[in-house]
Amino acid sequence: MHDSIKESLTMRSTSAKREFRGKFLAMFCTTIIIILVLSLIGFIASKGITIFVSDKVNIIDFLTHSIWSADKTDSQGRPLLGALPMIMGSFSVTFLATIIATPFAIAAAVFMTEISPKLGKKVLQPVIELLVGIPSVVYGFIGVSVVIPFVRNTFGGSGFGILAGTFVLFVMILPTITSMSIDALKAVPRHYREAALAVGATRWQTISRVVLRAGAPGLFTAVVFGMARAFGEALAVQMVIGNAMLLPQNLVSPASTLTSVLTMNMGNTVMGTTANNALWSLALLLLLMSLLFNTVIKYIAKKGTLK
Amino acid sequence: MAQEETFIRRLDEKEHEMAMTTENLKVFYGEKEALHSASLQFERYQITSLIGASGSGKSTFLRSLNRMNDTISTARVEGKILYRDLDINSNEIDVYEMRKHIGMVFQRPNPFSKSIYENITFALERHGVHDKKKLDEIVETTLKQASLWDQVKDDLNKSALALSGGQQQRLCIARAIAMKPDILLMDEPASALDPISTQNIEETMMNLKDNYTIIIVTHNMQQAARISDYTAFFHLGQVIEFNETRKIFTKPRVKLTDDYVSGHFG
Amino acid sequence: MKKAKTIDKIATGVIYVMATVIVLILASLLLYILGRGLQYVNWHFLTSKAESFSAGGGIGIQLFNSFFLLILSMIISIPIALGTAIYLSEYSSNGRIASLIRTSIEILSSLPSIVVGLFGFLIFVINFHIGFSILSGALTLTVFNLPLLIRSIEDALRSIPNSQREAGLALGLSKYETVIRVIIPDALPAIITGLILGAGRVFGEAAALIYTAGQSAPPVDFTNFNPMSITSPLNLMRPAETLAVHIWKVNSEGLIPDAVAVSAGASAVLILAVLLFNLASRYLGNFIYTKMTGNK
Repeated sequence: MHDSIKESLTMRSTSAKREFRGKFLAMFCTTIIIILVLSLIGFIASKGITIFVSDKVNIIDFLTHSIWSADKTDSQGRPLLGALPMIMGSFSVTFLATIIATPFAIAAAVFMTEISPKLGKKVLQPVIELLVGIPSVVYGFIGVSVVIPFVRNTFGGSGFGILAGTFVLFVMILPTITSMSIDALKAVPRHYREAALAVGATRWQTISRVVLRAGAPGLFTAVVFGMARAFGEALAVQMVIGNAMLLPQNLVSPASTLTSVLTMNMGNTVMGTTANNALWSLALLLLLMSLLFNTVIKYIAKKGTLK
Repeated sequence: MAQEETFIRRLDEKEHEMAMTTENLKVFYGEKEALHSASLQFERYQITSLIGASGSGKSTFLRSLNRMNDTISTARVEGKILYRDLDINSNEIDVYEMRKHIGMVFQRPNPFSKSIYENITFALERHGVHDKKKLDEIVETTLKQASLWDQVKDDLNKSALALSGGQQQRLCIARAIAMKPDILLMDEPASALDPISTQNIEETMMNLKDNYTIIIVTHNMQQAARISDYTAFFHLGQVIEFNETRKIFTKPRVKLTDDYVSGHFG
Repeated sequence: MKKAKTIDKIATGVIYVMATVIVLILASLLLYILGRGLQYVNWHFLTSKAESFSAGGGIGIQLFNSFFLLILSMIISIPIALGTAIYLSEYSSNGRIASLIRTSIEILSSLPSIVVGLFGFLIFVINFHIGFSILSGALTLTVFNLPLLIRSIEDALRSIPNSQREAGLALGLSKYETVIRVIIPDALPAIITGLILGAGRVFGEAAALIYTAGQSAPPVDFTNFNPMSITSPLNLMRPAETLAVHIWKVNSEGLIPDAVAVSAGASAVLILAVLLFNLASRYLGNFIYTKMTGNK
């Protein structure tokens, strides 16, 4: 007897063909992402190592010298490319902004999760979300029109410099650190708090000795995320930093960061020249820092889950 | 592992027509063997119950029969599942086509968040049935078979999510039989429902028996006793006893079965 | 004991003050931008072209460029993001390949936007010879936008219970059909919320664009619909300074006498647009959700 169902079971159905096509499409898109990331790293790295390979610039000198002048050469005929002013600038604004922003961020997170979740959800949550959404050029504009005059009138100088950059970055990374800190504290199990309160601890004792301690890995991740954002921020910082490729003398003297130099000079140099290739080395440095922040975050996450 | 005492009734294939049989079916999750070598026969147009405590492997077994375990990446199924003289546990078989003939109803009602009408016609249309008249007819007959038609015939375009739990489950049964399967697998279909809905589902199943072979997992022994013709008792990943339901509940051959059906454990 | 209570009160007070400071910062930011900028925003400002050296310029072309780039980059990135998110949520088991993909996405999402912009400059502008253009800008924004979109779509897909996938599979449908026809429609509200949030971010982005879409906005003729013509707004190969880039440019070059007025006005428009995206993401998602499940 002829069994058409039996026959159809060993043939490829329309659904099987659709599945094959669909899975192929999904894998194709995924491949695009991987190729994108690999080529991004590859292209920037190959441009970024040019000055070390063809112009024989010493990597140590590049990181520690403070004169950036591609058309001048040292006694051995190598171009003078010392990125220390920019490196110092980037690290200074990043650390200072993070140091100011972190207490505010954690206070806001404690407020949201421990003190008044209701008010927090109604007021603080939307405020944080809006702050995240404000574009960086708007922060830069506020920096130029409010922060710079304020710094100039209070501390003297032109107003441009690391302090102004710090203020602008503080507001910019505040929402990043805050929203991730909130998640970190929310993840602390309820019964930790109840246990502490049950033995007569005050709310602040519970927060400082139990909640913050238990949430520490998450808080740390939040801070590193904030630092990564501060380190990579370009336009807002460039608008207020002063753009002088000099070692910063104090917090109110014009300075520069890796990002500000890239923003300003990439268009003013000719592709393929030493001056231009040196900028790509700065871009590579920026990329490597971003990868480093990423690795730190992954490391904390791994340690956190092991516990 | 110590071999438990077992009794597996072999049905004579000349007297009983088989819808499906399994031979030494084993299921592994990673390294763990969740089901040890189950060989069972399912007679056509009969209801077979799979009973046992939770974790006994009965659901694992059921989910292998239409290869739903394929979706779990760590799961591995060994042995044969014979259906229409083909081993459907092989790569030669088109699983999508196979699942059209071996339908499944799940523990929790899972209607699509579409209208009642679309819940039934959606898969049919994907499989190439576009004749509106035919679809209307299928919707009506399957909803009648699932004893849901009278309650929803005026609301076919309403969202299925607005139905009660029991109604949703009957819609899921209607959706499954709309594919005109040979075999209907049911994984504790009434466990999430109230007693009245449970009774309705049981009546529905008794009506379906004329046209479908039903294999049902249940933790409710009264239910197994009420509706099924055959019963298989699972314990710790092993089939302990398989026989006519009447015999399992009145004269079990194995002491473990006796303990379970008389409520001493589980 | 008494001391602990005093400390508790002081700490609570300090936290209240700090939380209030954050709220005040946002409030003063918004008040400043809108208070300072809205007075310049009028029909003329929104529609006329920008001036290079004299006062009285508008932001018409920049505004159009911002929207055009946004739409174009969304058209390119949504299919890729959808495909990748489907792969991640439905096909990848937790093996090595999945972790490679996840790491790639994490790297991409943590890259500073200036680095993404320089990559776009190197690849699209220089290597592919596309030049400073809408197309280069849109492709670069795609790179910038993809990780966020992938993550939000993947989260949306994962939030749909597995029982819906099983329902489709048990009816003989393929996994892919089930995802496209069942899971994605169910996840649509969350997906749309994610898309709009991404759109808001793209709309305000400047660092990725200054070396890709360019820093100039040549005049366009809004009656010219021939995409091959260089003066057509639809031309993909023309340089296209966006609103955000314009704010940066006006401030850092200071060649126009009314730079503060123009950037205040433009900032106000940008902020309003971002607020609008924010509100839209909140309400549109809800609206679609109630529309989909509301026909009870």
